[in-house]
Amino acid sequence: MLNVTSPDVERAVKTGSADATKVTARNVNVFYGEKHALHDVTVDIPDRGVMAFIGPSGCGKSTFLRCINRMNDTIPICRVTGNIKIDGEDIYDPTLDVVQLRARVGMVFQKPNPFPKSIYENVAYGPRIHGLAGSKAELDHIVETSLKRAALWNEVKDRLLDPGTGLSGGQQQRLCIARAVAVGPEVILMDEPCSALDPIATAKVEELIDELKKNFCIIIVTHSMQQAARVSQRTAFFHLGILVEEGATTDIFTNPTDQRTQDYITGRFG
Amino acid sequence: MTVESAPMVSGSLIASRDKAIAQKLIAKRYGAERRFRAYGVAAILFGLVFLIALFGTILARGYTAFVQTAFTLDVNLDQSAFGSSSPPSQSDLMMADYEKLARRALFQALGVDPANKADAKAAQDLLSANADAQLRQAVLADPALVGKSVRVELLAHGNVDSLMKGQFDRSVSESRRKLSDKQLAWLDKAAASGLLGTHFNTGLFTYGASSKPETAGVGVALVGSLYMMLIVLLIAVPLGVAAAVYLEEFAPKNLLTDTIEVNINNLAAVPSIVFGLLGLAIFINFMGIPRSAALVGGLVLALMTLPTIIIATRAAVAAVPPSIREAALGVGASKMQSITHHVLPLAVPGILTGTIIGLAKALGETAPLLMIGMVAFVVDFPKTPLDSATALPVQIYMWATAAERGFVERTAGATLILLAFLIVMNVTAVILRRRYERRW
Repeated sequence: MLNVTSPDVERAVKTGSADATKVTARNVNVFYGEKHALHDVTVDIPDRGVMAFIGPSGCGKSTFLRCINRMNDTIPICRVTGNIKIDGEDIYDPTLDVVQLRARVGMVFQKPNPFPKSIYENVAYGPRIHGLAGSKAELDHIVETSLKRAALWNEVKDRLLDPGTGLSGGQQQRLCIARAVAVGPEVILMDEPCSALDPIATAKVEELIDELKKNFCIIIVTHSMQQAARVSQRTAFFHLGILVEEGATTDIFTNPTDQRTQDYITGRFG
Repeated sequence: MTVESAPMVSGSLIASRDKAIAQKLIAKRYGAERRFRAYGVAAILFGLVFLIALFGTILARGYTAFVQTAFTLDVNLDQSAFGSSSPPSQSDLMMADYEKLARRALFQALGVDPANKADAKAAQDLLSANADAQLRQAVLADPALVGKSVRVELLAHGNVDSLMKGQFDRSVSESRRKLSDKQLAWLDKAAASGLLGTHFNTGLFTYGASSKPETAGVGVALVGSLYMMLIVLLIAVPLGVAAAVYLEEFAPKNLLTDTIEVNINNLAAVPSIVFGLLGLAIFINFMGIPRSAALVGGLVLALMTLPTIIIATRAAVAAVPPSIREAALGVGASKMQSITHHVLPLAVPGILTGTIIGLAKALGETAPLLMIGMVAFVVDFPKTPLDSATALPVQIYMWATAAERGFVERTAGATLILLAFLIVMNVTAVILRRRYERRW
């Protein structure tokens, strides 16, 4: 199923170990104006796996997720302090090109937001602006590979020029995943990707995440603890802007150390 | 009262209330709803009545402007009038006495004796003063006609035109009338025999300004208006869109930006004559652009249309959902790429609608153009935007103040032409807006 020349396989060969740490965060604080939204978050996120961020509404998990690809930069009153490194490179370094960062760190949003263009154009846009394809044939190949990776190819291969907004919700979200994958990122951030989808579409997307984790570092924010348990290998629990506890998913759900984690998991709040 | 002992509303209260009171309340409610609907319908009817009255009046007064009276004459282009050389030289063709040729043909057709001076004068007054120019044009177009007899349609005088359109009052005593009894007799005979007739007035669209109504048209005004609309398009649209995109996407949210926004909104409501004063002071006095040039008119109208386009563009850009911008940024597009590849294409329908409406408004503006002197009497078509020109609404204004009877119908006729343009532009804007609404 894997194309031998695809960029992620090359990366696998380069980095070697499948469990190397991909993203490290040290003492990350986020302020929205005066409001202190995230307090001293420190966490290591491994490559080639899924890490889930769970926690009640408004606890800061989406905020932290958006720090990793610097989407918080688009909010003028938002201020981020601390240190986040991907593969040892500080992503808040002033000399770093944010646009390139966002090509390396893809994002899938809560509500599917395909461009109001054709399905082909949706997937081809990223590779085109980053100059990843030398010819139309290469671009076609990238589009096909990405749509196959997103388990959408068979459903849309005959109507690539139809508008992306004409697909069903689940298909649109898979299109967004294909779009994110097309630029060959190393990390994929998913902000509650299934919350707007029905159970069957959710199952399909979770299957997809399972496949993708073999080649990408995936960080998923989810409201559903069952989903976190199904999909992730490591979990981090956030509460009121503090990273309360993080560890292997099975440990967090069966044997949490912090009382707050225990309360959340057993449904006392959230 | 505890929860358990409160009566269930749906069960007993409504069902058991007094029937008479219930009936009265229901009747009152129905009555109020009927009255409310009636007020709405009355308001619409009120507006419609005035609209119909307005259009009806203009239409009734103006439809006759689209036909023009002319004599169909057989003019003998006698070789002797064109000098001795054969074929005649260009200067011979230009300088021949066409007036005499036309008159001779008319005398023949009406049965007037040229020796009778009074009669001859009366008869030649029935032709438009421009008839000789028409004949010259026909000969210059085809010099081979010299020496032959050719059938031409020569414009009749404005008074004859009024007579044919039923605007002439025959009951007034002869000394106070423009046409004498003898002239009337000739004209009746000519009309009966087919010598005198009306045809579609293409001249209304092709002629320039003239002191005589039969040779006056909106041609020059249309070209002037076209130049000005082009200048407005070329200046106001790029500037307006760029300003709006900057204000909406890049400008920091501080006091300066707020001040700019408030000022732009105010400018959209400034009376247009103020822009005329501005144009006079800056473009004509300070920059020295020739007065009554289409360029100045275009610049003034562009300044006037700019706030409208900025506001429409801002609304269109703001209506693009932020999720699309986020999606573009998430894929690694720069802010500029997200705007040019995603936001602007989606905002184009709104920008287009705002532009068309702004242009339609600019087309009908008169006051600023009067201030910058586009009230010139322009006979020839302007070749460049720096030539003197006039605009359609200004032409209407000038004709409205003219004395001749023929100008009354032409004022209304030109108004109809202007209204036709405005209706077409506004309907186009509405259709575009409907078609491209909410494509995502």
